[in-house]
Amino acid sequence: MAAMRYRDALNAALREELQRDERVFLMGEDIGVFGGAFKVTAGLLDEFGEKRVRDTPISENTIVGMGVGAAMAGLRPVVELMTINFSLLAFDQIVNHAAHIHYMFGGQVTVPLVLRMPQGAGHQLGPTHSHCLEAMFMHVPGLLVAAPGTPADAKGLLKTAIRDENPVVFIEHESLYGISGEVPEEEEALVGFGRARVAREGSDVTVVGISRMARTAERAAETLAAEHGVHAEVIDPRTLRPLDLDTVLASVASTNHCVIVEEGWPHGGVGANLAALISEQAFDDLDAPVQRVSGADAPMPYSKPLEDAAYPHEAQVVQAALAVLGQSQGPPAGPGGGS
Amino acid sequence: MPTLPAPEVAREWLATMMLIRRFEERAGEMYARAKIGGFLHLSIGEEATIVGSARALRESDYLISTYRSHGHALVRGTPPESVMAELFGRVDGCSHGRGGSMHMFDGSRRFMGGYGIVGGNLPIAAGLALACDYKGSDDLTLCTFGDGASNQGTFGETLNLAALWQLPVLFMVINNQFGMGTALRRHSAVTDLQRKGESLGVPGMRCDGMDVLDTHGVVCEAIRRVREDRRPLLIEAVTYRFRGHSMADPEQYRSREEVERWQARDPIPAFGNKLVAEGALDESELAQLDAQASARVDEAVAFAESSPFPKPESLYDNVYVLDQDVPGWYSLHTTDQDHIPSRDQEASQAGEIPRQMSDAVRLGEEAS
Repeated sequence: MAAMRYRDALNAALREELQRDERVFLMGEDIGVFGGAFKVTAGLLDEFGEKRVRDTPISENTIVGMGVGAAMAGLRPVVELMTINFSLLAFDQIVNHAAHIHYMFGGQVTVPLVLRMPQGAGHQLGPTHSHCLEAMFMHVPGLLVAAPGTPADAKGLLKTAIRDENPVVFIEHESLYGISGEVPEEEEALVGFGRARVAREGSDVTVVGISRMARTAERAAETLAAEHGVHAEVIDPRTLRPLDLDTVLASVASTNHCVIVEEGWPHGGVGANLAALISEQAFDDLDAPVQRVSGADAPMPYSKPLEDAAYPHEAQVVQAALAVLGQSQGPPAGPGGGS
Repeated sequence: MPTLPAPEVAREWLATMMLIRRFEERAGEMYARAKIGGFLHLSIGEEATIVGSARALRESDYLISTYRSHGHALVRGTPPESVMAELFGRVDGCSHGRGGSMHMFDGSRRFMGGYGIVGGNLPIAAGLALACDYKGSDDLTLCTFGDGASNQGTFGETLNLAALWQLPVLFMVINNQFGMGTALRRHSAVTDLQRKGESLGVPGMRCDGMDVLDTHGVVCEAIRRVREDRRPLLIEAVTYRFRGHSMADPEQYRSREEVERWQARDPIPAFGNKLVAEGALDESELAQLDAQASARVDEAVAFAESSPFPKPESLYDNVYVLDQDVPGWYSLHTTDQDHIPSRDQEASQAGEIPRQMSDAVRLGEEAS
């Protein structure tokens, strides 16, 4: 194990897979000479050359579509979209094409394409650069969706994504790029899809955290233990498709309480989906309704106090956990609490 | 003026155009009899653009087209049985009944698909061309699309990128004069479509899309340049579709006289008569080729009729390439088998919505 930043873990995964497989190449806006808007691809152009690390014009739909075509012809493109909001310009190629080609052509061809994109609030980038849209991709049959919350998962999941035969939407988080964590050094230390990470064990309440919110949930769990004597089990699903529902259900069977924390919008969100699945599969295990903590049901504002109010923080998770356990008065305040 | 190819080659071109024509006519009949559902876009009138261009390719080159793609599958050698079975939604269809009229595919013959989204195939074509270069082959990609697609963002984006990266892709705009029901002069500020790529670094050429010989000659020259120079070109094939945009099209946007003017230039009799005049074929052989095409389409219909519908339990096949080592849920299998409409219900509902649209327009016409 070695301490590594999330950004560098992603860079290492790309480097190793570029070395391992000649078919792997990278495309994206400013990923080469500039080194990537978030420096994830820094140094790769020098190491692998312009054939394999390709700067593109600002043409998201076409970059993704070219990735689809190249993948259909047997290559393994990794396309970087500068932020998840820009992926909306490419939704036609992502949904109508990447996701559906294997199915609509009767399984004759596969689309082993990885679409990397960062999401997340906290940098005052306002309503077109800050959203968390994992639910939109999770909605689409044919797409796999990974959302690593740690450097180790960033590396291990990206390597798995590049080797998978399906199109993978690989969602990074802008606020995680600088964080450090232990990362296995062995090249074959892959993190398999469809296996949740139990970040912390506990017996009182299950807290499921998505993307950066896994980290927020872990911090909340520390506070719950230290200040309230509540032992939360924190689960990071790591991939939303395939979804490791079994690990969540097993945890809920032992804690009988569940809180889901996500940064995205509440309507039709990851939490809404997961809460429905839990109620369908484990209704009898629940002592209280599943509680969701989510981003505010509003576009992301620019002004700092408003932005802070628009996505979940540790305090709201603590409040939600106490509420679901019946240890606090009234519903939790803040994002996801309604207006 | 391009010279005629060897007689056996010319006969094959003519036979293939006839096959496409007879196939499309029968598909239209089968649609009217509710054997085919959804939308059905026919290539009648445009056969020379299909055969003239595809016969300029070699087998390892990629061909990619649009929702008007039955002819592109046939020209590459996909059996008519397999294309008709796809229209019938049967398991032996070339996309196993998952794609339908708009989504034909035959990877083994490097026909990389029909695509239902206007302009959606252009970036994919550039990606295929990129793969040709990446692998060090001198194969190329022929990408066909309609005049309407030249207004999509993907047209500008893809032509720019293909020129910038020097990709071996030949873009071929099939100018059939209409984007659905909107005439060219009403949808494109530049109607000289061969020039529409110039500002993006893609030079243009034009061919007479009603003349298979001219189309083939121009496409051959373009392909030679694309293959040698590894740079994209744009060809405008000027043609006309004799039928509506789809079967749900009452054709209120054009006059009977205009259609008849173009039909007088029908590419199939034009080429057939030329072959007879040049002595490559006699009248009886001409009739014989046509009879063979019709007989082949009869076989295709019989095959499609006898092919089974996909089983309801195969609904989830090929949503994903499943990895047995992955424990998580790829899909939520919530579909209750009892709630899947029976085969008979499905068949009777086929084509209901476009038919209703068509009927509504026709009734409105009659009332006014």
